[in-house]
Order: sequence, then C-alpha cells, then structure tokens
Amino acid sequence: MTALQHKPESPVAHLAPADVEALAEQLDAIRLAIFESRGAEDAAYIRRVIEVQRTLELASRVILLGSLFPPAWLLGTAGLSIAKILENMEIGHNVMHGQWDWMRDPKIHSTTWEWDHASPSDMWKHSHNELHHTYTNVLGRDNDLGYGIMRVDEDQQWTPGHLLQPLWNALNALFFQYGIAAYDLEIGKVISGRTSRPKFFAQGRKVLRKIGRQGLRDYVIHPLLSGPSAATTFAANLTANLVRNVWTHSVIMCGHFPSGVETFTKSSIDGESRGEWYLRQMLGSANITGSPVLHLMTGNLSFQIEHHLYPDLPSNRYQEIAPQVREVFDRFGLNYTSGPLPAQVASAWWKIIRLSMPNDVAERPQAA
Amino acid sequence: MRQSHHDGHMVASALRNRTAGLAARLTTPLVPADYLDLFAPLCPGAQLRARIVEVRRETDDAATVVLRVGRGWAGHLPGQWVRIGVDVDGVRHWRAYSLTSPPNSDRQLSITVKAVPDGRVSSYLVRSAVPGSIVQLDQATGDFVLPARRPPRSLFVTAGSGITPVMGILRNELDSLEDVVVVHSAPTPNEVIFGAELRLLARQERIHLVERHTGTDGHFTPDQLIDVVPDWQDRETWACGPAGLTDALEVHWSAHGLPDHLHVERFQVEVMAASTDDGGAISFDRSNVTAVAGPTTPLLDAGEEAGVLLPSGCRMGICFSCVTPLIGGAVRDMRTGALTVAESGRPVLIQTCISAAAGHCHLDA
Repeated sequence: MTALQHKPESPVAHLAPADVEALAEQLDAIRLAIFESRGAEDAAYIRRVIEVQRTLELASRVILLGSLFPPAWLLGTAGLSIAKILENMEIGHNVMHGQWDWMRDPKIHSTTWEWDHASPSDMWKHSHNELHHTYTNVLGRDNDLGYGIMRVDEDQQWTPGHLLQPLWNALNALFFQYGIAAYDLEIGKVISGRTSRPKFFAQGRKVLRKIGRQGLRDYVIHPLLSGPSAATTFAANLTANLVRNVWTHSVIMCGHFPSGVETFTKSSIDGESRGEWYLRQMLGSANITGSPVLHLMTGNLSFQIEHHLYPDLPSNRYQEIAPQVREVFDRFGLNYTSGPLPAQVASAWWKIIRLSMPNDVAERPQAA
Repeated sequence: MRQSHHDGHMVASALRNRTAGLAARLTTPLVPADYLDLFAPLCPGAQLRARIVEVRRETDDAATVVLRVGRGWAGHLPGQWVRIGVDVDGVRHWRAYSLTSPPNSDRQLSITVKAVPDGRVSSYLVRSAVPGSIVQLDQATGDFVLPARRPPRSLFVTAGSGITPVMGILRNELDSLEDVVVVHSAPTPNEVIFGAELRLLARQERIHLVERHTGTDGHFTPDQLIDVVPDWQDRETWACGPAGLTDALEVHWSAHGLPDHLHVERFQVEVMAASTDDGGAISFDRSNVTAVAGPTTPLLDAGEEAGVLLPSGCRMGICFSCVTPLIGGAVRDMRTGALTVAESGRPVLIQTCISAAAGHCHLDA
C-alpha cells in the first residue's frame, strides 16, 4: 500500500467537502450520545475489571509460591499472563487515555495511573496519546508505522537493513515491553541528534528505574519468597511476561498493519478539518472480529476503528457503537477493514515480510 | 520520653518503614493497599473510607446516614464537619456535612443530610443510598466548636439543615452549658429536622427553644432577635444556615460592635453562576498569572499567551495531556457546552485545550 494521496484511485475521491462535514456531524452525534449516557453502570464495569484483574494476579502469585508443583506452575503462569494482559490492555491503556477520568476517582485516572509495564506511564502517554493518536498513519510523523525499525508501507524508503525486519519483528514481539520502552525513549531521535541529550539521559534513567522495579519484583523478590520454588517461579514470571509481550504485540500489529489500512502523506494533514481527521482515523485503522472474551483480552482494541475515532470513550461502549459507526462507513462508501484474529495477524506479518524487500521485487496488485 | 522508650519507638518505626518498603517492592507499580482494598477496605493503612450502616429518615427530605468509618479515623469534636466522597451515577462528588454523633463511639459516625432541590449528592444520600456501600471520607475539620471555657450564656441561631452542627454540640456537650437558647427556622413544624428531640430538650428545660415557621411567620431577620432573645448581646452565639441568614447576622453583630461574639458556619459550595456571556478571568494560581479570555478561547491558549507553562498535546481534546486541576470558579467544555464547577477544597481535573472560562476561574498551574 502506498499513501492514499499517491493512489491512482483514491478511496475518498467521491466525497465532496459537504460530505466530509456531514460525516463529521454524524460521528460527533454518536460520540455525544455515549458521553451523555456515561453513568453508574460504566463505572461499575471498570471497577469490576480492576477487581477481577487484581484478584487474579494476587491468586496467581500466591499459587506460584508453590510453583515447583507442575499444576501450580501451569495454573499460576496462566493466571498471571491473563492478569498482565488485562492490566496492560483493558485497564492501563484505556485509563491512560482518559477514558475513565470522568469518574473523578484519583486512583483510576490518566494523570495517576502507572501500569505494569517497562515503559513509564507518562512516556507512553506522550508517544501514544499525543503522537500516535494525533498523527495516526501519517508517514514520517506516526512512528508506530514500523516503530522506526521496519517499513510497513511502499512509500517508506527501503534499505538493505530491512531485509531482516521479520527477525526484528519476532524479537520485538518477544521483548515487546522493552521494545515499547525503547520506542518511547525516542532513541532514533537521539542518535540522529534531534533531541537533547540531557533529556534523553533523564528519561533513560527513569526507564531504567522502572525496569529495575519491575525486574526486582518478578525476577528476584517473588522467586525468593517462593523458597524452594524460586527457580520455577522465576521461569513462571518470565513466561507470563513473554505471553503478555507476544499477545499484545500481535493485537497491536492488527491495528494498523493489515492490508486495507491506508497511510497518509505528511503534507496531507496541513489544515486538516475535523471531518478529515475522522476520515484518516477511519481508513487508517483495522478491527478484529471475535467473541466477547476476545474483545476483553484485546482491551477492546479489536474495535481499533471506534477507538481511534473516540480514544477517550469508555472501552466498554465501543461494541455498542460499532454498528452505528459501520453504518457511517457504508453511507459514505468507505472501506471498513476488519477480520478474524488469525487472518489479521497473518496479513500484518505478510506485509512485514513482503516489504522487507524493495518495492519492485515485492510488487503486487493494490487491494481494492 | 525516656531514651530507651524513644529508641524502642525509633526501631519499631524503622522496622515498619522497612516492611512497608519491601511490601511496596512486592506490589509495584501498585501499593499493598490496592490489594488489601479488594477484601478489607476499612483496614488500617487504607485510604479513609466508611461503610454506610443505616439511612434513617428524619423528615420528608432529610435523613441521617450512619457510617462505620475505617481504622484511620482520628476522631472529632462536636460541631465539626467531614467531607464525604460519594459516587453518584459513576462520578465521585465531594460534599461537606456536620457530624451529629458522639466523639467516642467506636468508629460509628452520623451525618444528617437535607435533600437540596437540585442536589445530586444530597438527593442520592437521602433517597438512594444503599447500606453496605462504601463512601470516601476526609478527617473531621472545622472550628464551629465550643471553647474550652464554656460561655455562661449561649445562643444558637439556625435554619434548615444548619441545625446539624448545633445538634452535634447539643447532643454531646449540653451538660457543660448552663443557659442555652436555640432559635431555629424551618418552613413548617414537620420540616424541623430533629424536631422531636429539640422539643423534648425544651420540655426538660435543658434549652429554651424558639421555633420560627417561615411558612406562616415569614423569614427570621436579625432585628427580630431582640423580641425573642432580649439579652442576645450578652450571649456567645453560633449560627449556621443559608448564606442569606448568616450574612445578615454577621452584619447585625458587626453593626452592634460585637463581631467576636458570633461564630458562623458555612458549608455550601459556592456555585459560580455562569453568565450568559461566558469567558472571564483565568487565574493560574501557581504561576501568579491572570489572563482574560472570551468564551471561545481555550484556557490553554489563554495561558500560553500569558506566558504560563501548561502541559499540552493534541490540542483537540483526545490525548488528555493538558489535564489540569480547576480549583475555583467554573469552565465550559467548548465541545458540548457542559459546565464544570470547582468543588470547595477539592480540585476537579479539566482539559485546558477544550475548556473556556465561565466566569472567573482558578487553575492549579
């Protein structure tokens, strides 16, 4: 895929400015309806998810105190993996987006939440909330398009280094929490001299301290507390972190890499109207279809389109508005990219493999 | 403190700190309390909370809420009030209510709430609060208390729910007072909160009670005081009620050269009425800067132009990087028109990039 602006047949060519305005109005109306109806049930939802997640984590870690016993190892590791995934995806990511700020609960608030992850919350919020969500899929501005180590669009310059990008992607998947921490540090900017070194060192120290605290907890304290089960608890915690890394990496890849997703040139967002911003979010995101359990385990990022349209809408409401959003797509003749998890993950991986090679080698007909 | 005793304390508290430190390393990035809260929200070390034990109807629109407070409760003096954080429709609101319970009552507290017509929290507490639910709490505070040296003659002037702090004093410290007059206003006899209790105290001649029913007698004004309490100038006076009454009383006492004889309690949130043409002055309190802006200028823009360092991000309301505490006044969400009003003593977090001033507002920035 190349940038939308470089396509011979633009998927938005049929929209007049008045259409784009109407689109904005309709999407605004959907948002307003949900915002005005937030109430006790929504608050109860996030509190219940947090309660379940913390209970699961506590129980798993307690079970892992006896991890020498294989059933305990399996049960504890499974529980801890799920707990970490829930904390990162349905809770942490969404709380940090400000989705629950309206509750005025200082413990469940974007300004105070620190998540169970190597990257400090404030650095994540900068690179994700501020940069990724503002410059979604804009080539040269949204670094989520390849994380600075891969090319995911024909319009991104190919270099021989990209030949290894499937390997980098696999490694990134395994060590994803550290990959994100490094990404949030904007190491690339430092190397090319575009950021101040003192700032980088200060942030770097912050990251190392966070990694230190996380590592101490998972790889020293809990194993030591397990006495004879020290080694197996270590392995269990390592496995749980790995499972979380690979799962979140896969889900996140499905958000903007599968085929059908559009990218945009830098200049195309100058003077972008509200409607044009909505359009970019609609066409630059992809959904995953599946069961309620899938939606929960992806932190409702299976509704990536709805999330990008309304990042601060409580995640439990995305399912409700998805049909209405789909209607807007249909009404304006736009492509709603969506598919089951295995298909989307495969599509994302195929793009990474395909674009590890130069464009003329990897040429294929544009997807409709 | 003897040296060995002192050393013992030092060792104990050092050990406590060490354990707390280790426990925090165990639970990072959370704190141990976050896990304890799952099954013991009132245990020592937890954030101050209380469980609603009972809601007892007092009048048609008032009820006493009995609370069992957590172990961190530091006690109170009669006449003091407490801030209570209640989740109504998912949103946490803080309000202040006077305590009417005795000081040493095994962590059992009571407040009496009168449902204000448009009151979100008061209506909820009086009509919908469920025993067993948890509310947040702050420690008791306020100086609407009797002095250590009790006055020989005292006067309490109250109206409506203003009777609550006075009831706290009367229930628990009446025996230490000699000559007590209570002047209370309510629309009708049935709407006098604690009516039966007050009338009993009057029959027992423990207080002299003057009841004004504003429905029939009209509003009580300070110049009528001389008729019902001829020696009011000799009495140490405590007054609590709507701003109209308390303001008038303050003027009256000052006019007679006795401002120190009057102690007034106000606990109504100052709601900034948003004028039809919004906009206004924005005080960035920490930066000592005030900017003036119209209804279509975001607080963020106004602040930046005035040289205030404000966090920001997308500048369109989606990334929440600009969230800043509103500590006074009101702001309007430019996207929806929704008004956000600062609550007394409790900052409300707002997004500066999509909010405009609605009257004079104060930000902690």
